[in-house]
Amino acid sequence: MDTSLQICEDCDTVHRRRPLSRGEVARCACCGAELDRHHGLGVNELLALVLTSGIVFVVANVWPIVTLGLNGQHVSARLWGVILAMWERGAPIVAVIAAATLFFFPALRMLLLGLVLVQARRGRRGAGFRPAMVALHYLRPWTMNEVFVLGTLVAIVKVRAYFEVATDPGLYGYVALMMLITVFSGVDLRRLWELAREPAA
Amino acid sequence: MSAPPRAVELGLVGCTVCGQVCRAPGPLAQAACPRCGAVLRRRKAGSLARSWAFLIAAFIFYIPANLLPIMRTVSLGDVDDNTILSGVVELWVKGSPDLAVIVFAASIMVPMLKFVVLATLLVCAQRRSRWAQVQRARLYRLVDLIGYWSMLDVFVVSLLTALVRFGFFSEVEPLPGVIYFGLTVILTMLASMSFDPRLTWDTDKDAP
Ligand SMILES: [Zn+2]
Repeated sequence: MDTSLQICEDCDTVHRRRPLSRGEVARCACCGAELDRHHGLGVNELLALVLTSGIVFVVANVWPIVTLGLNGQHVSARLWGVILAMWERGAPIVAVIAAATLFFFPALRMLLLGLVLVQARRGRRGAGFRPAMVALHYLRPWTMNEVFVLGTLVAIVKVRAYFEVATDPGLYGYVALMMLITVFSGVDLRRLWELAREPAA
Repeated sequence: MSAPPRAVELGLVGCTVCGQVCRAPGPLAQAACPRCGAVLRRRKAGSLARSWAFLIAAFIFYIPANLLPIMRTVSLGDVDDNTILSGVVELWVKGSPDLAVIVFAASIMVPMLKFVVLATLLVCAQRRSRWAQVQRARLYRLVDLIGYWSMLDVFVVSLLTALVRFGFFSEVEPLPGVIYFGLTVILTMLASMSFDPRLTWDTDKDAP
């Protein structure tokens, strides 16, 4: 196994790895895919971000997202209210998709990220490092919190003509979560394989 | 700059899960990545067949997703069924045109783009075509990146269903179109994940 080499996943071209300076991105000479980018964030910073995401995730789920008012009546919705409403109103498949992509997968992703980062910080792979890294790879495309935030904006505009609309802390939690997820999407987690060494047998 | 070598020529294979560079197993043999344990393959197994299957299934669901209404709004006894397109029009007229453009892009243009782009990529890969390889590689990355934004309208309907329930004043109900639409998005995502972008560059007609 040669760690000085790197294979482009989009076109199978072999490249020699070279150190990158700040803000630099290495691209494949053949197809232009991103191979590597300079890492501005260290393990400690990433761990702090995961912790923040966890707190923000709790805020986003505990507080309501939006409140509607009409003639003195008020209705507010939390994420789980949205999921249950779809389950009860004849669209259980949509409820399952929403529960998975907005709650379970993001939550699992944060837990697993925390786990691998703690082990990378110690510099040693512990129990569950390997399956966690593999799971993170497969989970990545299946979290859709940022789409949900945009969906909330569209929904607010749609009902504004008929109801009084107030945004609640849950929505701000979601906006913050969206920004944190965007930061994580730019981080190449694969370097954690190198940071966390295999324990000597 | 001379063409850099490809992994096949050097007898190497890149692990798709962890990125590890590994010595390639024999042409037919399968091996596990020593680092992450994923199955090492030169190319994703049955990539073309699986990708076509998901794409065709997605296209079949896309038809009812657009023709059937996705939600019903009941307001003071007034029943109104909305399709994806009528929702966009309503947003344009009553709400904000910029959001209407975003919803139109996410719900109508992105899925269509995915069908056209993935079908083109699959046909070209099957023919081992050398046509516009760099552009095809770029299109694949684009389609892979924006695909999940199509879930936008599904979430809008879900939120409205949960929020608008003022008894006889007004109500929002999801209709079957939204289910087909959600499934279309999932299936197009699976189709683009099943496609192996390395096939775009496998133009050697004699290679297996
Ligand atoms: Zn490449």
